[in-house]
Amino acid sequence: MATVTNTPVSDLLKSFKLKTKQQELLIRVSILCLVYILAFIIRLFSVLRYESMIHEFDPYFNYRTTLYLTQNGFYDFWNWFDYESWYPLGRIIGGTLYPGLMVTAVLIYRILHFLRFAVHIREVCVLTAPFFASNTTLVAYFFGKEIWDTGAGLVAAILIAICPGYISRSVAGSYDNEGVAIFALLFTFYLFVKAVNTGSLAWSLASAFGYFYMVSAWGGYVFIINLIPLYVLVLLITGRYSMRLYIAYNCMYVLGMLLAMQIRFVGFQHVQSGEHMAAMGVFFLMQVFYFLDWVKHMLSDTKLFQAFLRITVTCAVAVGTIALGLGMLSGYISPWTGRFYSLLDPTYAKDHIPIIASVSEHQPTAWSSFMFDYHILLFLFPAGLYFCFKRLSDATIFIVMYGLTSMYFAGVMVRLILVATPAVCLISAIAVSATVKNLTVLLRSKNKGVLTGSTKGSSSSKASSKALLDQSQPFQKNGAIALLFGAFYLLSKYATHCTWVTSEAYSSPSIVLAARGAHGNRVIFDDYREAYFWLRQNTPADAKVMSWWDYGYQITAMGNRTVIVDNNTWNNTHIATVGRAMSSYEDEAIEIMRSLDVDYVLVVFGGVTGYSSDDINKFLWMVRIGGGVFPVIKEPDYLVNGEYRVDKGAAPKMLNCLMYKLCYYRFGEMLTEYGKPPGYDRARGVEIGNKDIKLEHLEEAFTTSNWIVRIYKVKPPNNRW
Amino acid sequence: MHSLRIADRSPTPCSPRRFRHQVPLHLLQFPQSRLRPRIQVVPLHLLQFPQSRGFDLEFKLADDPKIALQRYGRYLYDALILFCPSVERFGGSIDLAAIIDFFDSGHDLIIAADSNASDLIREVGNECGVEFDEDPLAVVIDHISYAVSETEGDHTLIASDDLIKSDVILGSKRIVAPILFRGIGHSLNPANNWYVLKVLSASPSAYSANPKSKLSTPPTLIGSAISLVSIVQARNNARILITGSLSMFNNRFFRSGVQKAGSQTKHEKSGNEQFLTEISKWVFHERGHLKAVNVKHHKVGETDEPALYRINDELEYSVEIYEWSGTSWEPYVANDVQVQFYMMSPYVLKTMSHDKKGLFSTSFKVPDVYGVFQFKVEYQKLGYTSLSLSKQIPVRPYKHNEYERFIPAAYPYYGAAFSMMAGFFIFSFVHLYSK
Repeated sequence: MATVTNTPVSDLLKSFKLKTKQQELLIRVSILCLVYILAFIIRLFSVLRYESMIHEFDPYFNYRTTLYLTQNGFYDFWNWFDYESWYPLGRIIGGTLYPGLMVTAVLIYRILHFLRFAVHIREVCVLTAPFFASNTTLVAYFFGKEIWDTGAGLVAAILIAICPGYISRSVAGSYDNEGVAIFALLFTFYLFVKAVNTGSLAWSLASAFGYFYMVSAWGGYVFIINLIPLYVLVLLITGRYSMRLYIAYNCMYVLGMLLAMQIRFVGFQHVQSGEHMAAMGVFFLMQVFYFLDWVKHMLSDTKLFQAFLRITVTCAVAVGTIALGLGMLSGYISPWTGRFYSLLDPTYAKDHIPIIASVSEHQPTAWSSFMFDYHILLFLFPAGLYFCFKRLSDATIFIVMYGLTSMYFAGVMVRLILVATPAVCLISAIAVSATVKNLTVLLRSKNKGVLTGSTKGSSSSKASSKALLDQSQPFQKNGAIALLFGAFYLLSKYATHCTWVTSEAYSSPSIVLAARGAHGNRVIFDDYREAYFWLRQNTPADAKVMSWWDYGYQITAMGNRTVIVDNNTWNNTHIATVGRAMSSYEDEAIEIMRSLDVDYVLVVFGGVTGYSSDDINKFLWMVRIGGGVFPVIKEPDYLVNGEYRVDKGAAPKMLNCLMYKLCYYRFGEMLTEYGKPPGYDRARGVEIGNKDIKLEHLEEAFTTSNWIVRIYKVKPPNNRW
Repeated sequence: MHSLRIADRSPTPCSPRRFRHQVPLHLLQFPQSRLRPRIQVVPLHLLQFPQSRGFDLEFKLADDPKIALQRYGRYLYDALILFCPSVERFGGSIDLAAIIDFFDSGHDLIIAADSNASDLIREVGNECGVEFDEDPLAVVIDHISYAVSETEGDHTLIASDDLIKSDVILGSKRIVAPILFRGIGHSLNPANNWYVLKVLSASPSAYSANPKSKLSTPPTLIGSAISLVSIVQARNNARILITGSLSMFNNRFFRSGVQKAGSQTKHEKSGNEQFLTEISKWVFHERGHLKAVNVKHHKVGETDEPALYRINDELEYSVEIYEWSGTSWEPYVANDVQVQFYMMSPYVLKTMSHDKKGLFSTSFKVPDVYGVFQFKVEYQKLGYTSLSLSKQIPVRPYKHNEYERFIPAAYPYYGAAFSMMAGFFIFSFVHLYSK
């Protein structure tokens, strides 16, 4: 490549000139840098559109705990007993959360302060998720490199940087466990695959630590601790057992288990809960395998070995089953949790645990959201699987299994699309990279001549394509160019789609609502913060606020008031009590509220603005959850012919229950839309059925400017009775 | 004036509600206006008794166009006496709602009804939890325990001594002479009011009917279900006295002797004066008023109040309770004051001991349950103002470093772990370097 010249200047230039390898490295590094930056900045839409703020519901809890951690230090955080939530039960925060996220954010905060960047902890929290998304792209690169080649790694990094499935959970402000957990998940998998490939103790130790970080960050670690044993099992069955695998798995499992036990929330679950038993079983199976291998090595007689094998396997299985059965019976091994069941059987939650089924992100995924979140990756995924199967190795088997299992889970629950995203990106990257590489090789080999074409890469696929190419020489180059353009077109479409989705759909903080006005202008509804600010300013410091659990975290974090239930749905009975109060008549509800010392009741109402995820639309879940614990609440009482209505044809109980009264109090006299009667509910598009609502034990305390949040005060008991 | 004296005696903010506003203590009284003019001059004793105890009395006619209970949002009076059984409408700004508001904001009330009581007075009574006989002409008649009088056969003048047994309400001196009563009876309506109590009830032989007409249907109000005088102490400790007889306040009744039918003893003087004086003392919070101050709690061996407790902490709780004697705050003495350690239900319920100087205290162990607890004192005793104290206190679980570091039961496990480590080390050593 380098041209030969005589001048000293060009000599100097020549010394700067890079060899092909170095050039490639430079390009690769600069691409990675760009991807790193791109992954970060695409997630800043929300900051530009709104402001640097925490989004959604759970992030407010994480923010509040992070704030506590920065102010009070780690030990106080660890021992924090929060009496502002779950009144009057309280919640041991330190023992019921995954501290990884908070510790990470505080660490970043401390480092920045050490470097004399005086940032506020909120900014760190807002930008934690984008920062970790950037890091994930790097991991994706290395992972892709490990399972296929550097090209696939680069493509994977690019794909995952902008994939909407991941962006949905990692935009700036989405300060949630998943933000760091996906990084940790992918990193652990990468390290484990690396450990399996190399058989090195160091890598497998690293993967144990990666696993530890994952356990500290998110409950989704259960996926890792089940996928890896499954993978090992598949390798064992397919006869790919090796010493590398033995070392990688044993070290990772034993150390990972010991480390995971250090997280208070996980504790002894690793040895006691049904969800973790697969890993333990595979661990013992590995030992049996190793032992058999050794015996086989010692015994030369195959017949003898066969007999021995039979006895050993029978014994091992019997012992394992008896141990598991005894453990289950004695209650030492806890059965699977509802969440886990609902993953295996998508209909389980709907029938048994309404509280899990009520969460929108636990719903089965609609087809459209696959298209929305994956776009072309959905088509590239099977192609990638094809390539993986064509070049089976320990690593590709892993990614195939990761891809298939997580795809299944993504189909069961909307939020698990997130877990599937890295696998989908990686497998698609393999498809893209392999296709483009094949095509370019075709083009180049045409130029250089057929024979010099195959120099590297997988020889078998190349050979076949070469054979094909030999027969159809005239069209092959054009076809390749057309296909390349097609790929380019698709990928650029993917990029525009991702940008559009990010900017339009996934950057809304959901605590500030935006709508288009009649003239196309942007209307901002900041009612939530208005209400929480009102609570903070106008109520006694120890006032107890009852609301549906969705708003609990926000009320404690922003309103700084005690709540009865919140988004940490650990106590179903307590939530059901609130659900029962909301679905009872007012004089029954007041008894419940008095017993819980409730001072204020907060409801979210979208009838004026047409905001559809309000409490009236969530109300049936309150009835179901309340009815699940208190059978006096019956769902059919609120329905008319199985239909949920709020207009004149609604069930009488519906029209007079507390939630209805609180939402529609004084609404009957309000004109919401031109040409419609007063009391026209815009969220449901009907005129309400009970316009004359009188409250006896509650009084309206505050209603925000767009009526989205309404707060009522519980009156003291009557003086004379 | 009187109010200043009271203010001097009760400097703490926990003093009874009625002394909090340092306005002169007024009693507003409505003598009957035109309808029954004689009453205007009659109840001389009554007019004296509150005055002699240091109250400012203001008399207004019921149809006075200027009467008002409050001005610029503040009440002018601490108590209201309604001696106008047949008034249909007050002059000025007073109506049923105003009277109820007056009471609900913590002021006291004496209502005297009579036969022919007006709807307004009946409604006031109704709001307070009593129902007067619906027949406007009905009076309480008792053919057995009537008062012997000059007119033979008049059994509407009743001599009753069926009093509530409470020294707090009626004073420690026993009321010996029967109380003369002539007027309408009423019944209590506990569904409407939990706090209403019979003070003077009719004898089992009494009934309520129109004496002028023949009894065609059985009377609805009979026997000791008939209440002659009732009291109410509401949630906010405001007190009401309701009676169905205006004439029992009458001077003639105060002074006249009384002999109960069938009884030989003839009392020189009826019990009316003593009864009404004593019960008015109760109504005007001169007796039976408690206050609780200095609620304190701390761990045993410490003095500072902690922000929260740990499970299984030993703690001490104390509260000072005083009783208003009419002139000063005296230590309250009782053996039945209980404190609850409460979270949705009481986890600890202990009777507090006292030192005869008003300090009630107890100590107990925080239960092994964490959460937001309350110290609750719910003291409701007949005749006394109710004490309802609650103080929120969170109880946290153990911190990670508050458990025992080494427990004897675990020594075998420690031993196992360390011997295992040592054994593994030796094994590795032998395995690697032997031979």
